[in-house]
Order: sequence, then structure tokens, then C-alpha cells
Amino acid sequence: MKVIIPTALRPYAGKQESVSFDARTVGEALSRLTTQYAELRKHLYTDDGKIRSFVNVYVNDDDIRYLQKENTQIKDGDTISIVPSIAGG
Amino acid sequence: MLYLSDELAVRIRTHAAESYPHECCGAVLGSDSGSWREVLDLFPLVNRRDDSPRNRFVITPEDFRAAEQTARKGGLEVIGWYHSHPDHPARPSEYDREHAWPWYSYVIASVMQHLPKDMKSWRLKDDRTEFDEEEMEITPFGTINGGRVNAGEGDHPDRASALRGQARKR
Repeated sequence: MKVIIPTALRPYAGKQESVSFDARTVGEALSRLTTQYAELRKHLYTDDGKIRSFVNVYVNDDDIRYLQKENTQIKDGDTISIVPSIAGG
Repeated sequence: MLYLSDELAVRIRTHAAESYPHECCGAVLGSDSGSWREVLDLFPLVNRRDDSPRNRFVITPEDFRAAEQTARKGGLEVIGWYHSHPDHPARPSEYDREHAWPWYSYVIASVMQHLPKDMKSWRLKDDRTEFDEEEMEITPFGTINGGRVNAGEGDHPDRASALRGQARKR
């Protein structure tokens, strides 16, 4: 499977648009991603290890919040997309 | 350095004033050379924070994707986001910092009692602890080559001079 890296995070992922991993769940894929590119972690996760509220993760076209969140199963050929929400005040 | 034409600056300020007392928001489209950025278009968006639009804004993943698609169609990229601060200065709030992404230029337009005031651009530090103000030059003329950047100009030693020179030729 492939993880699509958003433009804003590419500087922390070797400037790559996507990275491929073998993983069984979304959580495992993101864990591998942030292990390989440790600088990504603080932008994707809070200090207590939760995915930040403005970080949206899709498997193909489906938001994992409406699936099994980080336990969502993935299979060969799936694409995980990290899509930002932009928020402020 | 962020270069922004006067026309586009007026469009941001107008959007901010028309949205007052609510916050406005939109995407900043342009090009990024690595050493400077040029704003070439804007993609105004609807503030989806219906519960607290006076002091919050949100751009949904769907709107985010629409902005990216529009940018790509025009041969541009989303280099940042703008929003307004009604009756507050053009500097990021703590809430802005907590929700910010690195790399993007965050343009903030202050509106005081319906009137557009300061506009500044900010970039989140890598360690997420605070924003740095990004130098911004609002040019009283269009962008170089009518809105497109030549290949190889990315390391131009004095972008401002190049723009001024281009303006004199017009």
C-alpha cells in the first residue's frame, strides 16, 4: 500500500509525494511512516499519541473516522491519504 | 519572502471586510521557489465554523481538495491560507498555532470595525512552538511575466529588484 504525503509534510519525508509500506492496518502504516521519518510525528500526533484533530486520514476515498479508525484494515493496492483540515481563529 | 500583488491584497482585504464580523478564509495559490514565494491567485472559501465564525474558521478536507485541484489546473500549488481577524491584530492566536501546519504561509488580515487594517504573513516553526513572521512585499503592479515565473528564476539574488525592473518596462 501507499501513503500519500501532503505538500506541507513533504519536507519532513524526504520530499517524497508518497511512501510505500507493507502494513495490515492504518495505524501500522502510520507507525512505520513516522518511524522512518521521525520529524513527521509531531505534526501528525499530539503529545499523548493521538492523531491531531486537523489531520484526516483516508483509505482510498473513505475517512477512517467512519471505518475502524487506526484499526482499519488495509490490503495491497490501497492508498492512504493524509488530508489536512485548515483551522484557526 | 512572500510576494503579493496589490490587486490580490485588495481581494483578501475586501473578503475580510465583507465577512466582518465573521472570519473569512481562503487558499493562497502560487509558486514556491524554495527561497521566495509568489502569490498568483486566490481561492476564497466558506468559513465552515457555523458555531463560532467570529473567532474561528475551518477549511474542510473537501474544500482543501477543491483548492488543490483548482491550483493544479492553473499550474500552481497551494502555498498558504488566508483568514481574517475581526477586531484583532494580524498576528496568530494560540488557537492558530495549535492547529497550524508547517510549510504553509498563513496570511492574516486584520479588520477593525469593518475597516481592513494590517495584513501579515506567518510560517509555523518546525518545532511547532510559535510562528515566525514571513516578510511580505505587496507590489503595486502585477507579477513578473504576467503571473508566471520563468524556470531558473528560483535563486534570483534580488527578487524585488527584478519585479521593479519588470514594472518599469511596462
